[in-house]
Amino acid sequence: MIANFMAWIEKRLPLMDAMNKHAVQYPAPKNFNFWYVFGILASVVLVNQIVTGIWLTMSYEPTGEGAFASIEYIMRDVDYGWLLRYMHSTGASAFFIVVYMHMFRGMMYGSYQKPRELLWIFGMLIFLVLMAEAFMGYLLPWGNMSYWGAQVIISLFGAIPIIGDDLTLWIRGDYVISGATLNRFFALHVIAMPLVLVILVFLHILALHEVGSNNPEGTNIKKKKGSIKPEELSKFTFHKQYSEKYDIVDAIPFHPYYTVKDLVAVVIFLIGFCWVLFFAPEGGGYFIEAPNFEPANNLKTPEHIVPVWYFGPFFTILRVVPDKLLGMITMFAAIGVLFALPWFDRGTVKSIRFRSKAHKINLTQFAICFIALGILGTMPGTDLANFIGRIATLGYFGFFVAIWFYSKNEKTKPVPERVSG
Amino acid sequence: MKKFILALLAVLPMFALASGPSIHLDKAGNDLTDKESLKRGFESYINYCLGCHQLQYQRYGRTFTDLGISDADGVANFMYTGEKVGDHITNTMPAKEAAKWFGNAPPDLTLESRLRSPDWIYTYLRSFYADPNRPFGVNNTVYKDVAMPHVLQGLQGIRTMDADGNLSEATGGSMTAEEYDVFSRDLANFLEYTAEPSKLDRQAMGYWVIGFLFIFLIFAYLLKVEYWKDVH
Amino acid sequence: MSNAPVNNGRRRFLTAATSVVGGVGVVGLAVPFIGSWNPSAKAKAAGAPVEVNVSKIEPGQLIRAEWRGKPVYVVRRTEEVLSTLAANDDQLKDPGSTEPQQPVYATNAYRSINPEILVALGVCTHLGCAPTHHKGDFEQHVSGVTDGFFCPCHGSKFDMAGRVFQSVPAPTNLVVPEHSFPTDGTLLIGISPGEA
Repeated sequence: MIANFMAWIEKRLPLMDAMNKHAVQYPAPKNFNFWYVFGILASVVLVNQIVTGIWLTMSYEPTGEGAFASIEYIMRDVDYGWLLRYMHSTGASAFFIVVYMHMFRGMMYGSYQKPRELLWIFGMLIFLVLMAEAFMGYLLPWGNMSYWGAQVIISLFGAIPIIGDDLTLWIRGDYVISGATLNRFFALHVIAMPLVLVILVFLHILALHEVGSNNPEGTNIKKKKGSIKPEELSKFTFHKQYSEKYDIVDAIPFHPYYTVKDLVAVVIFLIGFCWVLFFAPEGGGYFIEAPNFEPANNLKTPEHIVPVWYFGPFFTILRVVPDKLLGMITMFAAIGVLFALPWFDRGTVKSIRFRSKAHKINLTQFAICFIALGILGTMPGTDLANFIGRIATLGYFGFFVAIWFYSKNEKTKPVPERVSG
Repeated sequence: MKKFILALLAVLPMFALASGPSIHLDKAGNDLTDKESLKRGFESYINYCLGCHQLQYQRYGRTFTDLGISDADGVANFMYTGEKVGDHITNTMPAKEAAKWFGNAPPDLTLESRLRSPDWIYTYLRSFYADPNRPFGVNNTVYKDVAMPHVLQGLQGIRTMDADGNLSEATGGSMTAEEYDVFSRDLANFLEYTAEPSKLDRQAMGYWVIGFLFIFLIFAYLLKVEYWKDVH
Repeated sequence: MSNAPVNNGRRRFLTAATSVVGGVGVVGLAVPFIGSWNPSAKAKAAGAPVEVNVSKIEPGQLIRAEWRGKPVYVVRRTEEVLSTLAANDDQLKDPGSTEPQQPVYATNAYRSINPEILVALGVCTHLGCAPTHHKGDFEQHVSGVTDGFFCPCHGSKFDMAGRVFQSVPAPTNLVVPEHSFPTDGTLLIGISPGEA
């Protein structure tokens, strides 16, 4: 009976086939390591943000007059409201930790190289939309840091010549940040951006499955059809979409092997997530910032206006450039160079394991600079901080300049044919 | 992986840049499970603070329940203005006038403990000193040129500042220094409670949830190992 | 599979066990989402019991209170009205208050704790309009009955115990809410006698 029903659906909409193609019979390299959990963790956090976000919207009031009080209403009057709030705020910071690790994996293993350039671009678009989503979400509690953080960032657009002032007026919908700004940010944060995000994630995964997953060795598990001896082929059954075109080696079906392994990863992640949620939801003042415990006050500026920690690296880059417009351009360029990474890197060896010492040093210094920029972004802009920030900014952009040069004729180690271990 | 940890370690010294000049704060030593302390703090708040400072996000009824006060006792001893048990703890001070009288409208204090910190409140209450240059004759080492008069001077007495900027002991109050410390701690404790009434619930739930996750982790791990026997 | 599964039974057991534990987790996770839909402290405060001073109500007079967003009619019924209540019985749909429109302690001839004081929701049981109180001029609606409630929307009629007359759209008697008298002159709407 059930089998007939399933067959009826399958003929009209091949859901079982899709499940096979993308999970049960999707060939995943067998050597995924720690760095490969962050994709699934990002999806878990996305679901968390959406579901808790929907629930928060049931009690939140998106007006200048009522927003701050409605957060306290959620925290005190709504049963388990405090839990929903903390799930959402912890999730926001968790999202960026996970996404930064996920992106770093891509840089380490060359997952942006051909044929995965489009996959990388989709990922960068997700990152961009995520930043917009987080920025708009942070205005919603209508705390004093919400207000002033938004004030600073929106006023950046005033630096654009000719259209700057009109543009900021248009974004705000008012002469100062007000309920009008809050209301539109609410609409974008709750519906528009999440919709775009979900579509992009869908495309991101589709693009991944089309070309197949990379792995820590950077080797290709899909070999030319007929090039592998039958007894060496992977013993598992993969979807004919893949097996008809390639000889597949060193791969295992995503389900059940990676579903079961990812489950362990998700539980470990949740332990850390819940530790923060239940015992340190303010994140040492970085996840929920102290100045936000008083309502937005256009006459009272917080001592240090800094964006939330995850914007730190880009905020520092903006701040260390003395000119407002140039600072803005440099900041956007910092994201732009990431988009263009597949073309800055002219090498063909993917994984850092087999690349030159120069590349290892380069990537390490990039990571150090990125973290340094992030830390500086949470601090006031003193002369010393700006000085170090400038060096770190040079290191950041220097990564892309350097790789363009040495990747053309790089001294790489021979890449193995098969995955080991 | 080693590189990553290296990168992290390399930037740790940068945190040293974060510390700017800051005021030394005494430890409040709050204990949110000490309901007697919270009750004393609540009573002190109603008697000394509520006239100017609202707790507009905190309801009477919630406070009674959390502190173990019956509604009848609560209405009799803590509510003077004919409000209902379910109402928020507000006063009738008009904000605009208050701003004129004091220079700054007395802020709502429900969330003050999360805005500043419990230690800040504890230290602030004990750091008023005589300053003839100020409109109300007092200043505060924790909050320079604060607009608030020393409402608790009758209890603490008044401290003076010497040429080096050190504060003397308080004189002329009805409480000893130790008694006033307890009084201040009770208030700081109470305000830490009002800033997040569900804090104790949150922590209690955390033990259960994380405990469950560890148990689930064991099962998930065993399941993973079993399936991965297939993979060589 | 590269080898036949080493131990199918063990695999099934572990999958089942993990699923069961996971299921417990999912149920636990659902609790805050479902729980958050309960009436909030704000709703409970708004729906809190309402105290009404009834000592100043004149005989025959009706005052309106509000409880949980609905009007509550409080009437000090005169001796006359009380004595003629039983005479209406054969014109009523539910003279004995058999329908559960009132608490147990108000299931009596007067539909109240204190015969003198009627406490009833001013909400017509037809479609919710507020019936008008007629003191002395109810005969225009029901001959032989001096006082009553007439609903202007569709013409339903109720006697001074809130009981509905026959041949009108409203199906049941006016709802008597939980109430009690902590003191003689004070009515507490929303709390039954004996409740904290």
